[in-house]
Amino acid sequence: MSQGPEPRPDVILCPGGPMLLRGDHVVQDADGVGHATTRPVSAVCRCLRSATSPWCDGTHKLLPPEQRPA
Amino acid sequence: MTSNGDFSSGHPRPTRRAPSGERPEAFRGRPPGYLSHVLTPKPRGRLSEAVIDHLVDRAPLPADPLEVLDHDEDLQLALWTVYELAYRGFDDVDDAMEWDPDLLRVRRDLEQVFEAELRARCTQPETDDVVTALFDIAESDDGPSLAHHVQRKATKEQVLQLLRMRSVYHLKEADPTTWTLPRLTGRARAALVELQYDEFGAGRPDRVHQDLFARGLQACGIDPASRRLVDEAPVQVLRQNNALSLFGLHRRLRGASLGHLAAFEATSSVPSRRMARGIQRLGLPQEMADYYLEHVEADAIHEQLAIREICAPLVEGEPHLAGDVLLGAAVCVALEADLAEHLLEEWSA
Ligand code: FES
Ligand SMILES: [Fe+2]
Ligand SMILES: [Fe+2]
Repeated sequence: MSQGPEPRPDVILCPGGPMLLRGDHVVQDADGVGHATTRPVSAVCRCLRSATSPWCDGTHKLLPPEQRPA
Repeated sequence: MTSNGDFSSGHPRPTRRAPSGERPEAFRGRPPGYLSHVLTPKPRGRLSEAVIDHLVDRAPLPADPLEVLDHDEDLQLALWTVYELAYRGFDDVDDAMEWDPDLLRVRRDLEQVFEAELRARCTQPETDDVVTALFDIAESDDGPSLAHHVQRKATKEQVLQLLRMRSVYHLKEADPTTWTLPRLTGRARAALVELQYDEFGAGRPDRVHQDLFARGLQACGIDPASRRLVDEAPVQVLRQNNALSLFGLHRRLRGASLGHLAAFEATSSVPSRRMARGIQRLGLPQEMADYYLEHVEADAIHEQLAIREICAPLVEGEPHLAGDVLLGAAVCVALEADLAEHLLEEWSA
């Protein structure tokens, strides 16, 4: 057994959904534009369908399961 | 009204309910953070009347509250009124009544009835995979949706009516879940703080979600501290509110509190965009649309946090809570479906 609790993850890949990002970051989108995070935890869209890209807006849920990110 | 600290005298307090439902002048025009005080609601049956008379005038409570209970709406309003003492209190009630033993006895009797009913209706099959089960419960929410109606068809009057009803929840958004916080440990506790920090504005008072909603109401010409908001609320809204308070106030029900949070967040992001579109379609104030737009992005994050970082570690540490986590989620979805059914039927008549 390890000593003490596991360190918490800073990046969490959510099956079928976004990537959670803890802390302050600048996310560069496909056009090279940087977007600064504004929240304690942010969700980066992985399905590429979000209307508020690069952030997840829940649109992935409207996709059929096989089209959601792995 | 603050406590006068005079517990020895048996004299009834001089305060009486104001005959009109209006707030005293002193509370008008305060910023949203201070809109905490309203008057006790209008009774809806013999039990709620007895509870309110006890609160305001110290009238004795019935020995068996269930004997004077007229109907579920009477129970829900009585319970809602007792719970409200733990949130904001009432202008016409001594704050010390929150811990009045007679009132706590009545509260327990009513809670037992309500909890038994929720368990009978919403208990879920056992599972080893709480994460999948929570997403499934949230997606099972496939009945007619109020947000759909608001986006496409609702009239301005219908949307304003809905916003007044939603105020009963949104003006205390995140408060009952905060009571669950000290009952957690480790990862679930840390992640709930992260989520709540965002709900409470991440250190920026102008971004506190409850206040965003209050500002939206004010922009629509609705007084967020009006007693009428509760007087107008149908029983379905009181039931939603009472379920949250029940789960939040009892340490025993911490699993249900977090399951409810998870389902709420996981059914918010897409409907919030529909609400914002409907509000914009009708030309209602942008402040109100902004509240919902904030939740499109925020709740897309919160649902993942609530399910994966709060409920999953909670159940890992306390596997016996799995059933309550799913119960809380199912209650959230079922009670929202009840409200949607009620309102859509009323509006189609
Ligand atoms: S991952 Fe959520 S909208 Fe793309
Ligand atoms: Fe919120
Ligand atoms: Fe949220």
